Amino acid sequence: MEKQKYLDDLQDIRTIMDRSSRFISLSGMSGIIAGVLALLGAYSAYQAVYENQNYLSYRRASITSESLITLLAIASGVLILSLLAGILLTRNKARKTNQKLWDSQSQRLLINLFIPLAVGGILCLILLSKGFIGLIAPLTLVFYGLALINASKYTLSEIRSLGIIEVALGLIGCQFVGYGLILWALGFGILHIIYGIVMHVKYDS
Amino acid sequence: MKNILQDLNKAFENKVRLGIMSALVVNDSLNFNNLKELLGVTDGNLASHMKSLEKSEYVQVKKEFLNRKPNTQYSATTAGKEAFIKHIKAIEQLLKH
Repeated sequence: MEKQKYLDDLQDIRTIMDRSSRFISLSGMSGIIAGVLALLGAYSAYQAVYENQNYLSYRRASITSESLITLLAIASGVLILSLLAGILLTRNKARKTNQKLWDSQSQRLLINLFIPLAVGGILCLILLSKGFIGLIAPLTLVFYGLALINASKYTLSEIRSLGIIEVALGLIGCQFVGYGLILWALGFGILHIIYGIVMHVKYDS
Repeated sequence: MKNILQDLNKAFENKVRLGIMSALVVNDSLNFNNLKELLGVTDGNLASHMKSLEKSEYVQVKKEFLNRKPNTQYSATTAGKEAFIKHIKAIEQLLKH
């Protein structure tokens, strides 16, 4: 009986340490919005790169300097809008849960998220300049996934499994380069929407 | 067995005090509302347990103003952290027997 009390104590200690050191105000809705934006982005990228080709089969991407600019514009557009939506919605949620948007928990989360992300971003720019276009979409998935796994220690635990799936999709994309964009849309679009809905239902109420 | 029981700290027998210390050892500092929310206790309850931890010098208090509102930050002292870790180790030892 005495033992049970101490087991409970240990359990309590663990839960409280966890809850107090993780940033738990991540908004599920922002995941859904990021997913939809990514799908729109992937669709426009598809139009830009695979012009005048037949749909639904394995194909070769052709990128001219003109479509490159379009692609970069789409990519940065999706990124900026997703970040904005994420920040705004998370701020609202942080207000509700009385957590500050910019506290030591969220700082730790962002730093650990951005280290692998920045490495991946720089690597992709290098590959882009050397013409290895096909690997870029899958590699963004790999590094984004690694960033999520790294950051998951400091936020909701679901983020970890999302990261693992993103990395797996990215690796598949590296092998089957022609499906890069489809896998990208799956990883950044569909997965974000699914995880967003799950987290919205579970935590946002 | 006797030694283990000596290491168990009476100050952490209570659930609220145990909770306060758990949160404070993994965070640099937390304010009153953070802790209240985290532990799900009333103002009075938290305040009285905090007082006793302050008295044992396991917790230190820093009062400051944030947007002109008083904001009290609590953090664990070195002695508090050491005592808490000793307490957890004692529990773990006890559970092994």
